[in-house]
Amino acid sequence: MAQTQRTKSSSVERKLIGVADAVITAAQRRQDPTLLIPVRSLSNVTFNEHKGLIEMGKGKQARSFFNVGMAKKFMQTVLVADALCELQRADLTTSLREIYYRTKHTIKDSHENTFDTQDESDPVIEDLEVSLEALREELHVRAENGGSVVGSLVLVDDGDRVDCAKLGKGGYSVPSIVEPEYLQIKKCTADFVLLVEKGTQWNRLSEDKFWRKYNCILLTGNGQPPRGVRRLARRLHEEKRLPVYVLVDNDPWGYYIYSVIKQGSINLAFESQRMAIPKAKFIGLSSADPERYGLPRNVGIKLNDKDITRARELLNYAWFQKTGWQQEIKRMLSSGLKYELDALANKDFQYLTKKYLPRKLKEKDWLD
Amino acid sequence: MSRDSRKPEPQQPSPRAPRPEATVSAVEMGARQREISVSEFFTKNRHLLGFDNPRKALLTCVKEAVDNALDACEEAGILPEVIVKLEVVSNGEAPPPPSQASRFRITVTDYGPGIVRQQVPRIFAKLLYGSKFHRLRMSRGQQGIGISAAGMYGQLTTGKPVRIISRTSARTPAHYFEVQIDTKKNEPRILEKKQIHWDSHRGTQVTIEVEGRYQKGRASVDEYIEQTIITNPHVKLTYITPEGETKEYPRTYHELPPSPREIKPHPYGIELGMLLKMLQDTKSHWLSGFLAGDFSRVSPRLAEEICKAAGISPRKRPRDIHGHAAEALYKAIQSTKIMAPPTNCLSPIGEKAILSGLYQQIKGEFYTAVSRPPAVYRGNPFVIEAGLAYGQGLKEAAENQEEKKIPLAEGEDQEGNHELARVIRYANRVPLLYQQSACAIFKSVLDTTWRNYGVAQSRSALPAGPMVILVHMASVWVPFTSESKEAIADYDEIRKEITLALRECGRRLGTFLKRRERAQSEYRRRNIFELYIEEVVEACNRLKGGRLPTGKLKEQLQKIAMKRTGGEKTDELLGKKGGGPEGLPHSIIVTPEGIEGEVSVPIAEVPPETIPPKEATEDDEEAGEPARVSGQATRQATDKRKAARPTRRVHRPSSAEADFGTAPKGSGRRVGRRRPKPQRKTTARKAADRPKKRATRKRR
Repeated sequence: MAQTQRTKSSSVERKLIGVADAVITAAQRRQDPTLLIPVRSLSNVTFNEHKGLIEMGKGKQARSFFNVGMAKKFMQTVLVADALCELQRADLTTSLREIYYRTKHTIKDSHENTFDTQDESDPVIEDLEVSLEALREELHVRAENGGSVVGSLVLVDDGDRVDCAKLGKGGYSVPSIVEPEYLQIKKCTADFVLLVEKGTQWNRLSEDKFWRKYNCILLTGNGQPPRGVRRLARRLHEEKRLPVYVLVDNDPWGYYIYSVIKQGSINLAFESQRMAIPKAKFIGLSSADPERYGLPRNVGIKLNDKDITRARELLNYAWFQKTGWQQEIKRMLSSGLKYELDALANKDFQYLTKKYLPRKLKEKDWLD
Repeated sequence: MSRDSRKPEPQQPSPRAPRPEATVSAVEMGARQREISVSEFFTKNRHLLGFDNPRKALLTCVKEAVDNALDACEEAGILPEVIVKLEVVSNGEAPPPPSQASRFRITVTDYGPGIVRQQVPRIFAKLLYGSKFHRLRMSRGQQGIGISAAGMYGQLTTGKPVRIISRTSARTPAHYFEVQIDTKKNEPRILEKKQIHWDSHRGTQVTIEVEGRYQKGRASVDEYIEQTIITNPHVKLTYITPEGETKEYPRTYHELPPSPREIKPHPYGIELGMLLKMLQDTKSHWLSGFLAGDFSRVSPRLAEEICKAAGISPRKRPRDIHGHAAEALYKAIQSTKIMAPPTNCLSPIGEKAILSGLYQQIKGEFYTAVSRPPAVYRGNPFVIEAGLAYGQGLKEAAENQEEKKIPLAEGEDQEGNHELARVIRYANRVPLLYQQSACAIFKSVLDTTWRNYGVAQSRSALPAGPMVILVHMASVWVPFTSESKEAIADYDEIRKEITLALRECGRRLGTFLKRRERAQSEYRRRNIFELYIEEVVEACNRLKGGRLPTGKLKEQLQKIAMKRTGGEKTDELLGKKGGGPEGLPHSIIVTPEGIEGEVSVPIAEVPPETIPPKEATEDDEEAGEPARVSGQATRQATDKRKAARPTRRVHRPSSAEADFGTAPKGSGRRVGRRRPKPQRKTTARKAADRPKKRATRKRR
């Protein structure tokens, strides 16, 4: 294992040095140094219906140095590559923000900064990820520890045994890198994984020991789940053959979170292979639920213009073309309302744990 | 008014309610009713004339005196030379500092034509007495209220008479007067009258003592003087401030503005009442003769046509036309197509003079001026002129550049400049300092979409930026919103002309800004590549583990950069064509390397090398060199100015340049004399000039 890791990391290092080589070679040939970066937008992704994944197309965009519009971006790309290579050599991991600070300085003899905000450096890192075909973990960049897990699961992290059934209601904070090299699944006796959008609902379920009663693993990503959470869910699904259910708000953003978990995201389509869980099910909150569960209309929220635009966009995505989904979204649009998971508390504080989820699971009422 | 009174009033007794306890009878009331003299009226309503507060009053007094002096000089064909002196007056004690003082003595001296002895008292101590009201001719003053009102204000607040010295020629003696106004009768009262010795051969000196307040800043006497100089570059003005400082404003334009001609009223401009009055007053015996003789642009044939349309015999006596006939005549006039009034009654400042004035008084990098063709409102011809100065002046710009060198933290901004543009307004060359927002000029500036020209502007606000916008309205009758002449009334025709002039200025400014931006971005383009190359090479070196021959890579990249950005050629690609600097007519551009454009300041000596080649344009050919009135004086003035502005290079019209080409090297030549008409340059000549041009100009 250690052997493979070494060669892998050195291959990433070689890829990063390749950026410098591209500049040097172009300069020797008196050409404009250019990097080819795959396009990360809707136009360059396709939905593979067979695999149920969003895949990145072949569209590439040239980033050349001697073009006024791209010169700065190019310079930034080389700087970030340098910083990432430094991480490789020192065998450290770091955050996006630290990379931003590491590469930020005022260019000599000017008042111009290499980066003005982190918004400039983050996409550059993603660009490098995509164009070098290296995963973010391989680049030693970690995201925030954004998620929590609790349930009948035993993990080994850095040699420490973590029993997720014995971590109270706080659970275990999912690290951003959960590759087998760093995190091993020792034991798993659960029957399914429940991925909850919101931390508040996860807390409710954790407090009520929902996972114990229904023998499941509770995961949350606090909004759009970070890579660690998605990857962990995928591993549990793949390695332990657990079905994954997703519980999100009933609004376009909730639908999209589900779709990212299921098929992968447009921005990071190249990671779908590793992250997506094509068999994940949408358990709620469905636009049919308010009626079915008797939620009063007054706990809904009126869809705003942004919501409506977003919902219409979703309707056009290839991976939302199933009849069930078209109906689901159109039903929301025609009702003009969205519902938060929290709205279930209108009936009872423990409605989610005691009524809603048990009934859903019993009736197998979910969307695929 | 007379029209209304003539209309038959309904006479039948209206049923009245029982009379309340009668307290005053009609007879008693009648006893109380009496005539109000104009002077009395204005004593009570002095704010109507611009004497609302002590500070404004001081300004108004200075303004009225200076306006009169300039009008007189110009009408007499004398290049005006005016001395304005403000002194603090104290009653025996030590004079307080000017900012604390409440009494001032204003003395305005001109070396103009002087005033004949008999007229002096009435001009200075009778309201509504003057030469300007009854004729349609462009002048600063209009009604004949100004100076006598100033005198009256002085009399009211300090009790001191107006003192006048006047002399009409070297052969006649100077007369000294002390006059006051009899406010009841609106007649002058002469307190003192004698012959005195006066050094000047001709001219007038007015001294008024008033209660006032001297405070610098907006709408101050100082601002008035400065703004006057901008639109009157032909005036030599000396201003002695209350602090005792003497400010000299030398003459920078040596031509008297063409004397405006007097015109007859245009038929479209009169109202029915006015027509009735003219019908009564005319010397013509026939209606057709009256129409053709007393109006401008009415030919005898047109007069017949009007009579026919009105159904009145052209042979009818004008005095016999009233009532319905008069109304029919009025309607016929309004519906007949009549040519626009003649415009030789106007004397616009002219683009060159505006440019010159702006350039002298306001620091900037770009100046432009636009004169609109004459237009008409209510039968009165008028001309709108606009000028614009943009930029901070070179020194300030350089200072700002220095400040920006500090590294910027996240969220910090480079642009800290949110100053709004300044609008300076003029009517017949007189600056308008009050009631800005009520003025048609100000409204037009607000309504212009400056964003189209690359200048920031918030909603319904002035454009933002280091900018001065000048608008001048020249007309035989400027429609002011009040007697104190502070704001121009909002006629559609006037608004339209102002807007058009402003847009033209804006377009030129936009072009200038765009070109400067482009030139800078070209520079920046190469510059950013140079900066980034450094960064990229360093990063590559680190990536390669510090084993990279950095010098070589840098050199290679720099070569590519040079090739990609067009290298040396970019300088030439941005070359200039067309009339003015960078193809902008009537504009001046100031750069650290020099000044491009026509500055009508005579430059004493210019070494031939510094004269860049320039295409001859029609403009240049027309424009004669300013006449040198007092060679020595101007030369000194220019030298002083030369010292004040570090480096300057002036595009002279090519007429001068043709001579420079043949001048022996190193010999200083004088510009400023009329030179033979230039020939268009040949290509060979142009080619020979090019390298010189490049040698003297460095792109920023």
